[in-house]
Amino acid sequence: MAAFIVRMGPLVVLWLAVCLSGSRAVDRGNFKTCNQSAFCKRQRALKTGQSPYRALLETLELTNTKLTLQLINDNNKVRLLLELYRLQGNMTRVKINELKPLKPRFEVPDVLINDPPTEPLSLLSQDENGVVLSLGADTQRLIVSAKPFRLDIMEGREVLLSLNSRGLLAFEHLRSRKDTLSDTDGAEKKEETDAANEQAEGEETVKEDEKAEDGMWEETFKSHTDSKPNGPSSISLDVSLPGVEHVYGIPEHADTLKLKTTDGGDPYRLYNLDVFQYELFNPMALYGAIPVMLSHSPQRTMGLFWLNAAETWVDISSNTAGKTVFGQMLDFVQGSSEAPQTDVRWISESGIIDVFIMLGPSPNDVFSQYASLTGTQAFPPLSALAYHQCRWNYNDQEDVAAVDQGFDDHDIPYDFIWLDIEHADGKRYFTWDPHKFPQPRDMLQGLEDKRRKMVAIVDPHIKVDTNYKIHNEIRSRGFYIKNKDGGDYEGWCWPGNSGYPDFTNPEMRAWWASMFAYDQYEGSMENLYTWNDMNEPSVFNGPEVTMHKDALHRNWEHRELHNIYGLYVQMATAEGLVQRSGGAERPFVLTRAFFAGSQRYGAVWTGDNAAEWDHLKISIPMCLSLGLVGVSFCGADVGGFFKTPSTELLVRWYQTGAYQPFFRAHAHLDTPRREPWLFGPDNTALIRDAVRQRYALLPYWYQLFYHAHQTGQPVMRPLWVEYPQDTATFSMDDQFLLGKDLLVHPVTEEGARGVTAYLPGNGEVWFDVHTFQKHNGAQNLYIPVTMSSIPVFQRGGSIIPRKVRVRRSSSCMEHDPYTLYVALNTKRFAEGELYIDDGHTFNFERQKQFIHRRLYFANNSLSSRNLAPGSQFTTLSWIEKVVILGASKPNKATLRMSDGMESLLDFEFNASMSVLTLRKPGVNAGMDWTIVLQ
Amino acid sequence: MALAHLLLLTSFALLIRTGETVEIQRPRGVPLSKRQFYEEDKPFTCLDGSRTIPFDRVNDDYCDCKDGSDEPGTAACPNGSFHCTNAGFKPAFIPSSRINDGICDCCDTTDEYNSGATCQNTCRELGHKERESLQKMAEITKEGFMLKQQLIHEAKKGQEEKQVKLTEIQSGKKELEEKVEALRTVKELAEEPEKEAKERHLKAWEEQKELLLIEKDKARMAEAFLELDDDADGFVSVSELQSHLELDPDSDGSLTETEAQGLLGGADRVDTTTFESLWSSIKDKYLSQSQSEPPAPVDTPQEDSKEAASDPDADSYREDYGGDEDDEDEEEEEDDDEPEEEQDKQAPPTIRTPEKKDDDEVSMPPYDAETQSLIDAAQKARDSFDEAERALREMDDQIKNLEKEIGFDFGPSAEFAYLYSQCYELSTSEYIYRLCPFNRVSQKPKFGGSETNLGLWGQWAGPEDNVYLLMKYDHGTSCWQGPNRSTTVKLTCGKDTIVTSTSEPSRCEYLMEFTTPAVCQEPPSLEESIHGHSEL
Repeated sequence: MAAFIVRMGPLVVLWLAVCLSGSRAVDRGNFKTCNQSAFCKRQRALKTGQSPYRALLETLELTNTKLTLQLINDNNKVRLLLELYRLQGNMTRVKINELKPLKPRFEVPDVLINDPPTEPLSLLSQDENGVVLSLGADTQRLIVSAKPFRLDIMEGREVLLSLNSRGLLAFEHLRSRKDTLSDTDGAEKKEETDAANEQAEGEETVKEDEKAEDGMWEETFKSHTDSKPNGPSSISLDVSLPGVEHVYGIPEHADTLKLKTTDGGDPYRLYNLDVFQYELFNPMALYGAIPVMLSHSPQRTMGLFWLNAAETWVDISSNTAGKTVFGQMLDFVQGSSEAPQTDVRWISESGIIDVFIMLGPSPNDVFSQYASLTGTQAFPPLSALAYHQCRWNYNDQEDVAAVDQGFDDHDIPYDFIWLDIEHADGKRYFTWDPHKFPQPRDMLQGLEDKRRKMVAIVDPHIKVDTNYKIHNEIRSRGFYIKNKDGGDYEGWCWPGNSGYPDFTNPEMRAWWASMFAYDQYEGSMENLYTWNDMNEPSVFNGPEVTMHKDALHRNWEHRELHNIYGLYVQMATAEGLVQRSGGAERPFVLTRAFFAGSQRYGAVWTGDNAAEWDHLKISIPMCLSLGLVGVSFCGADVGGFFKTPSTELLVRWYQTGAYQPFFRAHAHLDTPRREPWLFGPDNTALIRDAVRQRYALLPYWYQLFYHAHQTGQPVMRPLWVEYPQDTATFSMDDQFLLGKDLLVHPVTEEGARGVTAYLPGNGEVWFDVHTFQKHNGAQNLYIPVTMSSIPVFQRGGSIIPRKVRVRRSSSCMEHDPYTLYVALNTKRFAEGELYIDDGHTFNFERQKQFIHRRLYFANNSLSSRNLAPGSQFTTLSWIEKVVILGASKPNKATLRMSDGMESLLDFEFNASMSVLTLRKPGVNAGMDWTIVLQ
Repeated sequence: MALAHLLLLTSFALLIRTGETVEIQRPRGVPLSKRQFYEEDKPFTCLDGSRTIPFDRVNDDYCDCKDGSDEPGTAACPNGSFHCTNAGFKPAFIPSSRINDGICDCCDTTDEYNSGATCQNTCRELGHKERESLQKMAEITKEGFMLKQQLIHEAKKGQEEKQVKLTEIQSGKKELEEKVEALRTVKELAEEPEKEAKERHLKAWEEQKELLLIEKDKARMAEAFLELDDDADGFVSVSELQSHLELDPDSDGSLTETEAQGLLGGADRVDTTTFESLWSSIKDKYLSQSQSEPPAPVDTPQEDSKEAASDPDADSYREDYGGDEDDEDEEEEEDDDEPEEEQDKQAPPTIRTPEKKDDDEVSMPPYDAETQSLIDAAQKARDSFDEAERALREMDDQIKNLEKEIGFDFGPSAEFAYLYSQCYELSTSEYIYRLCPFNRVSQKPKFGGSETNLGLWGQWAGPEDNVYLLMKYDHGTSCWQGPNRSTTVKLTCGKDTIVTSTSEPSRCEYLMEFTTPAVCQEPPSLEESIHGHSEL
């Protein structure tokens, strides 16, 4: 769906035409730079140097769960309260708030899945310069220095990370307005604070830093004025990472996987925005924000979670970034005095400092640490991992039926067809256009008859229309967000004048969820799922196309929680889908806006991209970045949303998308049709082949998502996650791993004749999944490609299950047998897993109804053993075939069942490729069995 | 083993046309035509010859043959196909992947033998319907084809008539051309004396006018003198002159004494005679008191525009989006029409400057009788010439149109010729669509709004073997940020010539279905059309 476009009347069209006349890319002028964002400008003006903050060691209190300590700003004497927690799982939490704020400052709720369990901190030593605390059994210590205040986490003699070492801790304390308007107010307040703050030395000096700067009490951007009744409230903290040259994360940006330094440019911005035709390779904010950064070096991986939902900017600088490779080598040879270091600085407009330091040390440790805080990826219904066909818009029921039939006529599988905003009656969500979709249940039943499903869009802007039930209910219940004057906030979006429900209100969310009940959402059925778009929220006539910051969510300003609004929309919607089934069925909800924790509610996509080769390329780092911070279920619009792809680009995008987690084709209203069969039989065949590869691999995808749900490990991974010592992989973002066993290097260059893939791992071997050709690891491999090529490699040492009987939807394949692809490593060993459940309910969790097998090949035997003894599930699926790559020819192959039954298996051996194929073991996929090769 | 109990062989009861029932044994999913390759108890050779396997591996739910031929009745081979006999209806092949997928594909239910799906045998019903519709189609085709013959006949006749008419007109044109030339000569001859006489008349009049002007100026001067001479003493004095600010030589708003004196040639006062010599220097500026009122300034509109500009930005947004109505397509109309309307609105109102009517202007006296008769004669000659020339132009147009029509590709036998210069309409809930074959396609909202051009005749665009199945109309009204509208018209055989449906599958690309007898093919015998595809 488009940001802003379009058919909203001639004036807009003219206006847009003017906007677009220069270039078709984003109009940068619509969005703030740091310099145009008053707090960012103020904070960034503060330079590195001696911190004015001093720890008052005499205020130190140590309890079982935490350490507290007061900090004082020697310039203005305002005191802060520092809280330090040692969290279970090798994490440290640092919280800093005003000791006595004028009014409470916002702390972000609903992101942490629980109050993180703590472990006791012990005091190792203390003197007038600071304290040393132990972070557990190993040699990790936390050092609090008093003057100036700083925090260092050390392991042995090595500093892992330092806070405020550059003196950029800055806390704009809440204050009363000091102008004529609020004179009396201010006087009263001052007396109160005086009384309350007895130990505070010399209140008069407080005013030192209170010079009213521009933008402190009011700020105007373009024609929009932010009233800022609470004045300045921004916060900032610097984090230094010695020994670190690579940092990742803080999505969403259309940029490389490895974050760049921001010296001389704008910081990376985190502020959920509906950006029309976004540009690539820059730090501008996009639709979602996850304030989590990972640092990585061959020695250690760490994570930093800045729990703040206000507008946030992140500066990154590095002492090695400017150096040439030669310069770095010189340093190395000469033993440079300067070790590499990355310095990061977080700036937020409001709230408190609440930082979670995840100390790793391995990438997987960081993933599970972050998962223990914010939860893991929702386990989607199996069908949601299949192929999705979307377009703005499928015109009517006949159109839907015709497209559905088109897939069967061309023998291309698909599971979901999607309806964009035009399906609703005048963009009134939860309704259907009476002319185009008069019989939605008939349409849904038609899809159900083919075991397929539908997604219809439900956006969070509600048409202000007294004949619209949803609007009337929200208004009468007082569930709308209010404007600064207390009336219902109204803004322009697709339906025209719209209200925005306050999803931060749990009562509102409960009511919203209830609207998805089958008797409330007319025309809905079990196979109808939901898509939340525009939930940044997008407000066409708002500042930066979003909501005014002084709008009110009950007690809190929108400013405090902007970045989490979208999370709440998806949360309430997913809850609705769960509830409508009485809690039985797993939901599937796609969202455009997101925040830390959004992974718990469904899938995200990278928004309104364009049909350009660079947009295809950027889909890889964008989804990799999201995966690193918990969101595995990520995809980009296949084909590109804006503009029209060349046939070559479309085919290549299908080939890439088939190996990315969320696989959906989508197109703008104004583009020509692009269903897969519209580009001649050859291209139809290419697209069919790519989609079929996806379907065959669904058992592996499903298992990866189960794994992500259990552990928080990303499904789609940068290579360095599995090869953390291999520095060659640290900046790689044109290829990726699925789990740890499949390496994908999609063709993303126009007219490519070949690609060079990097196969990692010294001593590893990789098998081309199409040809079974074996390649050694730790090499750059040139692969000649044709239009049908999708370079994918299976790691030697792995076993991957596939269902090669591809049918018209994933549901149709439920009971089909498995083929096991066993790729042997140089030690003639391999292992893998097989996960099976009903594919759509919560029974796997609640009643342990699933099958989880460990498959392993060792000593010439392939065995299947139960990984989850307490579980129970029966499947009709069986083992159809076993393909062993890198095998030698046996004399015989014997299948042994657990009851001792034995039978001989027929086999074929391809000597030139060393591929052994075992014919029809025929065992049920849930059983114990062993195949012995002799 | 999950599917160990698969039926290898099945008996099929086939209803042969003769009515007798024969049972033929063959593996599941094998068409009768390939039965001989599947012989029980003999090794089976894959149909591509790639390998030979024991017969018990046929339909054992494991794919042994690369071509999928060993598993005609299971889903084991990705490239296999399954044959449904569909007794009572048309037999069909379906991809193997649709066997036991829980969805009924074969009307005889044979594809779902182990999926738990409950399928109803609908072959008889479908066959019945199929036969009915084929019969109906056959009738339509037959009638349509007859109509087509008629159309061809008429087209041929029409074509011949047009050819004849063209020849006629072309020969008529020659005559007319000669006539035009003759009349031109007559006209030119008559115009010569007319011109001379007119010039004479004009010259005489101009001389007379010159005299009149001099007299008028004198009268004006006298009038001015009297007007200026306030005290009627027979002199115009400096002070009397000073009340006429318009005469101020440096236009500084005051006429000083010195300046006035200067105007009076250095004298304090002048009499009529002296005034006469000064008159020429002041007469251009001089305003008679009766016409000296200054014009009232008109600037109210400016204030209005200032107010509009000071509107807050948010309000202008509101206006921007305010045009939104629920109906997208209507807006689309508005989008397109807007520029024109805008222009109309913005076109400057014709400024009506008050015409300076010189009351004293004396019109030219009528021509004398001799001149007038020359003019009349010339006019008559001109009229006759113009008329003849117009007739010639019309004739040219006729020829051009005829040639265009004759040259048009109306199909192999000109069977589409009857559509030329016709229009066909289809009314939907919102629009009236109009197809004027070989000309244009358009769409007009039912409830107000102007027509949108959906494309102008482009070309025949059907497949190579029959290009006359599709018409392409393009270069219609352009879409915002999109292409120009275009329409594809799909022609199907029908007795009547009607537009049966329209749709917009892709934005601004329309599809129209149109029936006409002109595409009806010679019907095969009825028998063949019903049973032609049956097995055996």
